[in-house]
Amino acid sequence: MTEKLALKLTAVSKTFGGVRALKGVDFAVRAGEVHCLAGENGCGKSTLIKIVTGVYTPDPGARVEIFGQSGDGMTPAAGRALGVAVIWQDLALFPHMSVAENMAFDDMVGARPRLVQRRKDKIRARAVLNRLGVTLDLDAPLNTLPIAKRQIVAIARALMGEARLVFMDEPTASLTQSETDALLDVVRTLSAEGVAVVFVSHRLAEVLDIAERVTVVRDGTLVGVYPTDGMTQARLGELMTGTSHQQQVTAQDKSAAPPVLETRNLTRHGEFTDISLTVRKGEVVGLTGLIGAGRTELAHAMIGMTQPDGGEILLDSASLRPRSIRDAIRAGIAYVSEDRLSLGLIQPQSIADNTVMSVLDRLLNAAGLIKAPSKQHLVDHWIKEFAVKIGTPDDPVSTLSGGNQQRVVLAKWLATEPRLLILDSPTVGVDVGARAGIFRIVRDLADQGLAILLISDEVTEVMHNADRILHIADGRIIGEHDPRHTDVPALEARIYA
Amino acid sequence: MLERLKSALGPETPPLAGFLVVVIVAFAALTPTFLTQANLSSMAFQMPVLGLLTLAMLVPILSGGLNLAIIYTANISGLALAWTLIQFGGPEAGMGAFILGSGFALLVGAASGALMGLVIAYIGAHPILVSLAMMIFLRGLGEFLTRGGDISGFPPFMNTLGHGLILGIPVPMILFLLAALAWHTMLKRTPHGFSVYMIGSNIRAAEYSGLHTKRTLTLIYTISGLICAVAGIVMAARFNSVRVGHGEALLLVTVLACFLGGVDPFGGFGRVLPVVLALMILQALSSGLNLIGANQHLSTAVWGLFLIAVMALRFLGTRWRTRRKRST
Repeated sequence: MTEKLALKLTAVSKTFGGVRALKGVDFAVRAGEVHCLAGENGCGKSTLIKIVTGVYTPDPGARVEIFGQSGDGMTPAAGRALGVAVIWQDLALFPHMSVAENMAFDDMVGARPRLVQRRKDKIRARAVLNRLGVTLDLDAPLNTLPIAKRQIVAIARALMGEARLVFMDEPTASLTQSETDALLDVVRTLSAEGVAVVFVSHRLAEVLDIAERVTVVRDGTLVGVYPTDGMTQARLGELMTGTSHQQQVTAQDKSAAPPVLETRNLTRHGEFTDISLTVRKGEVVGLTGLIGAGRTELAHAMIGMTQPDGGEILLDSASLRPRSIRDAIRAGIAYVSEDRLSLGLIQPQSIADNTVMSVLDRLLNAAGLIKAPSKQHLVDHWIKEFAVKIGTPDDPVSTLSGGNQQRVVLAKWLATEPRLLILDSPTVGVDVGARAGIFRIVRDLADQGLAILLISDEVTEVMHNADRILHIADGRIIGEHDPRHTDVPALEARIYA
Repeated sequence: MLERLKSALGPETPPLAGFLVVVIVAFAALTPTFLTQANLSSMAFQMPVLGLLTLAMLVPILSGGLNLAIIYTANISGLALAWTLIQFGGPEAGMGAFILGSGFALLVGAASGALMGLVIAYIGAHPILVSLAMMIFLRGLGEFLTRGGDISGFPPFMNTLGHGLILGIPVPMILFLLAALAWHTMLKRTPHGFSVYMIGSNIRAAEYSGLHTKRTLTLIYTISGLICAVAGIVMAARFNSVRVGHGEALLLVTVLACFLGGVDPFGGFGRVLPVVLALMILQALSSGLNLIGANQHLSTAVWGLFLIAVMALRFLGTRWRTRRKRST
């Protein structure tokens, strides 16, 4: 045997009710390897992970081998004993417990529970953190740490249990670039120590950066296993979606169009300073920079969620000082929040109600009652316009995929007939195929004359979809770039410098 | 049309209606007096006070809150009416005094609700705490003003409001049915009602969507206080007296009626019609047990058991539905 396998799955299928989530998938991970599991949402990635960790039992006929041992009758506890650890996207940590307590948790309640040994636990915890090359205050309650540090705690916790095979589900989804880099360093350290890491991410650049091999799954079937050497993002996206998504710069010169939004020296202490920018009719302006650079804060001031301390906002050359989001809506500004799950949509409520939420006053009859036919008409119109895939409009919006939910958010805001659309990280949690669909809609809207401010920390996203790119750092706009005269590496170098 | 009817009824209505029929048939079989004119009429006189108070509880629950002050709001409003009547001669007071007193009662109810609403909306305090504090305040105030006793001696025409019939239907029942219809329209057809549901599910997302969340919250508790005052006026007319402790035991029954009627305890979902059916079931159970000579405390125990059974059935029902959905 030339290579030791950490994990070997053969012909794994899984059926839920009548749905086959996995159809005879083979999957192998070498010891000490960083291996990426790639695929769109709902392709079966999570199911696969849950089979390896014993949460689900595969359909008969499957073979699961973990470090050479049969994984039949696997349970999560048995998996941990074999050295399998999963770091779920929500981390599954305890926010009010300290870093050390979180790390030692499995020992305290595991197969052989023991008494709490604070001092010993702290010594072991420190040793693990040293191995990872990070320093953390072991006594700090977890909820005082930023997400990136919690991510590290989750990894460290897995290592406390002597993990040899670690699954990471979208570990970088809520991290900034520098935090991501730090995390990827930790992953490299793990790999160098012989721990196999299975990495799941939507960020293809990162996948190609960190992984040695990538296994692509589409609709529950294996597409193939590829080395990352020589693989491109476009090719990988193509493999994942089954269609070609050649991304191109779509920038056009809109400098002749009249300005819709202008800000002059807009300042809010501690958030952003001297922001002067212009978004013209039909123009998509990309605003990019690291998380915490003041992007979302700036948007909040434009929509009246906060009040700027100084400077001016002009909409169609008229001064605007929105006191509430209603003022902003009335003035013609729509804001698509970065937090679709808890701010953009009301998840348990129906697709129909979510769609009409911001334009209720247009659906009233003389007596002030909502006209059901008008509501129906509006909902039908937008579902058709954006080709939202739904069962019925009365289904909860939470039943939709990320991409379809984002279409509902867009529908809700476009129903307000805005002149300026602010998109704040519109593709978080939206998979590759659906992203392309969203940006096609965005470009169409711009072509119809809408002014669009696209906020994103993904450089490729603004490169391919904006007409102009503004670079914000520490609350100030420090550069303007034309996507036609720069490229992704150059821009990334500037932003992450 | 059929679709609209279906959506107006909701998934909770058919099982509740079925259960109501079962309860009625069971008691009719157990005792011949259950289906008599006298018993039905007595039920129809008893239910409206509980019904009006339940409507006062319903909308705060839909918005993700709770109004624990409803009983004392009703009684303080009743006191406002009684005080006005006494100023105008008690039993000799005229219709004008009654109308004035009712107006005063409604004002008191709405004002105490508005105060709660303002604190909840603008200070962001939790509705349970705010309404609990309001409940204690109103109870203390009421006991202070009445020295813990009854206030009685109302003009005879108030008897019509408490005990009269119009077209064979008890006047309090007519008031309740009108209020229930108004509540249904408010929740299903007005922007205010729409906001109530959205706020109940996610108030921050509602705010980001441009809904008037603070105004809506204030209005929710103001309207709740207003309907409490109506209940207070009806109670004064039915008991021919006002006492701060009248109907204390009804507080949790109103919560029970809401949950039994399929209202989501966490807010965001619920309809008026199933809640009305739930009220009818509770009334039928209470009257029926009373008729077959059951101990009053036993009937309380039966209510409790019944609620546990409903929760279990609902849980199983939801699980069955999701399983069926997954397999299709």
